[in-house]
Amino acid sequence: MLVAILFWAFSAVLVGAALGVILARNAVHSVLFLVLCFFNAAVLWLLIEAEFLAIVLVLVYVGAVMVLFLFVVMMLDVDIEALREGFARNAPLGALIALIVVVELAYVLWVRRLGVELPGETAPLAQGASNTAEIGAVLYTQYAYPFQLAAMVLLIAIVAAISLTMRRRPGLKAQDVSRQVSVDPAERVRLVSMPPEREP
Amino acid sequence: MDVMPMILTMADVMPAAAEIFVAAAACVLLLVDALGGGRARGLAFVLAIAALAGAAWVSSTVGTDGRTVILWGHFVADPMGTVLKLFSYGAAALTLLYSREYLERRDLLKGEYLVLALCAVLGIQVIVSAGSFLSLYLGIEIMSLSLYAMVAFDRDDGVAAESAMKYFVLGAIASGALLYGISILYGVTGTFLIDGVAFAVAQGRAPDIGLLLGIAFIVVGVAFKFGAVPFHMWLPDVYHGAPTPVTLFVGSAPKIASFALAMRVLAEGLGGALDAWQDMLVVLAALSMAVGNLVAIAQTNIKRMLAYSTISHVGFILLGILAGNAAGYRAALFYTLTYVIMTTAAFGVVLWYSRKGFEADALDDYKGLNRRHPWFAFVMLLVMFGLAGVPPTVGFWAKLQVIAAVLDVRLTWLAAFAVLMSVIGAYYYLRVVKLMYFDEPVTAGQDESRFAVRLVLSLNGLAILALGLFPGYLLRLCEQVLR
Repeated sequence: MLVAILFWAFSAVLVGAALGVILARNAVHSVLFLVLCFFNAAVLWLLIEAEFLAIVLVLVYVGAVMVLFLFVVMMLDVDIEALREGFARNAPLGALIALIVVVELAYVLWVRRLGVELPGETAPLAQGASNTAEIGAVLYTQYAYPFQLAAMVLLIAIVAAISLTMRRRPGLKAQDVSRQVSVDPAERVRLVSMPPEREP
Repeated sequence: MDVMPMILTMADVMPAAAEIFVAAAACVLLLVDALGGGRARGLAFVLAIAALAGAAWVSSTVGTDGRTVILWGHFVADPMGTVLKLFSYGAAALTLLYSREYLERRDLLKGEYLVLALCAVLGIQVIVSAGSFLSLYLGIEIMSLSLYAMVAFDRDDGVAAESAMKYFVLGAIASGALLYGISILYGVTGTFLIDGVAFAVAQGRAPDIGLLLGIAFIVVGVAFKFGAVPFHMWLPDVYHGAPTPVTLFVGSAPKIASFALAMRVLAEGLGGALDAWQDMLVVLAALSMAVGNLVAIAQTNIKRMLAYSTISHVGFILLGILAGNAAGYRAALFYTLTYVIMTTAAFGVVLWYSRKGFEADALDDYKGLNRRHPWFAFVMLLVMFGLAGVPPTVGFWAKLQVIAAVLDVRLTWLAAFAVLMSVIGAYYYLRVVKLMYFDEPVTAGQDESRFAVRLVLSLNGLAILALGLFPGYLLRLCEQVLR
């Protein structure tokens, strides 16, 4: 009972925060709403006893990804008004697509109630079993192959990002560290011997 | 959760040795390039080709006659997989060989390009051998991410960056649709494994409506990756905008992956629900053949023309798959393999003809090619005849097979439509032949390419004729791997 109340309360906040992400006028507010979303989603994980996933969600998404988001949003200085220009014109189309998706989702939920065997209550963890260890045991055995493939996806992302952005082009104001370090005093400071200034 | 902690031994992962080899080779290549700097370019290129040759050796050594499922059902090794992998190594190696001079002239031959190409091959291998929807999806991402980056590789080319952006955004939508379909399928069957889904469908455990919804999204994802109408929007822009070597890469080996994707998902996983997806594929195939062939007539750029030609050929491949029986799958496999041979030769000639500052991508550039380079005009003639399906080239056999497969399942109107569309398509292929043989040359070009490239390109072109005269070997191969 208590769990159900908590679930509905946190879900409501989650949905409200998700609406806030797309409705907020200020991009920084959107990002902060998204942080709220992640925290509430983490609590939902906690409610089904998936502590490890909850902690990882907060650590990775809130701790790393959202901080990066905030930096990007602040650095880019996005002009919100320009982005909203086409909104009224495209709104009917967007609403139509959203409606279709909602109908489809409702359809699926309705279908699930019709005679599909849902997996029953999740089996409780054995006394003293560690959530993290259980996930690790599955991740590194049964899902070892997809896990390795996901690592390759990350490697490709790194290689692609670096090869597409690291290049020399004329007029680029970049530091060349080795030149900075190996600089000679003679190149920077010119000692000029001048006679002392005379009284006028 | 009572998962037995278990240690994998060499024997357990042996069937996946080729994938491991290519992944390791990509990492080694990355290190060689990083440590060797600019000096190791030639070495990196040789290593990339050697890696593909090594992968071919490994694949053919560990290839099995039967079906082996390892890694908890995520990986399947079977004869079809071995053949598809061998062809994709071959297509990738030919692509790199033809591309070398083009890339060198434009200072694009960097280690990262080769690493991304090898990673794309790895993605294709993973798709071909996918035993679960999870590994299938990850394979698609590995391949697609590498291809997006390759399309944008020429950073000073605005058109290439734009087409990469389109490819990336539309590819992401396709992945989203596919994932959505997979999640619905997981919801109604309770498993990620392709065999498990097939079992649930065969037993009728999955409710029809949920299954249909899942299949609809999966077909959208597959059609996007194939480039079938109406999900073809990215294809002409990417073919046109990307540097020609990348166009060749996108156009050859990934088509094998698309075929494998359709086979693994539709034929193996959802074979029991053939009625549900057959009609969808009929629409996709008919539209692809019509739009591809009709719009190609209006093109003046050969890369764009070949892009629309690709769309029409995708329609033909789908004809074989939608037949839904072993003969149809064999026909689609035969079509895919021969199409890859032909398209590799087509872009090979475009690459051979291009010079510094001369892309050779306008149709008018091919005017009077016969006067200057009669041999490669003949190779291009073979390619065009092959793509049009004129006997005695192999393109004729490929079209005959898929049309016969469609006739077998009593879709006579579709077969008639396919014949009509290939007649229309013949117009723009033969126009290239007319330009080469009966028009006055307008552009002068010197043959500067290396002997090895010319030799391989000639052999590639002659293969279209040889396989057309003696199709038995390839037909038997398709029969052996798809019983």
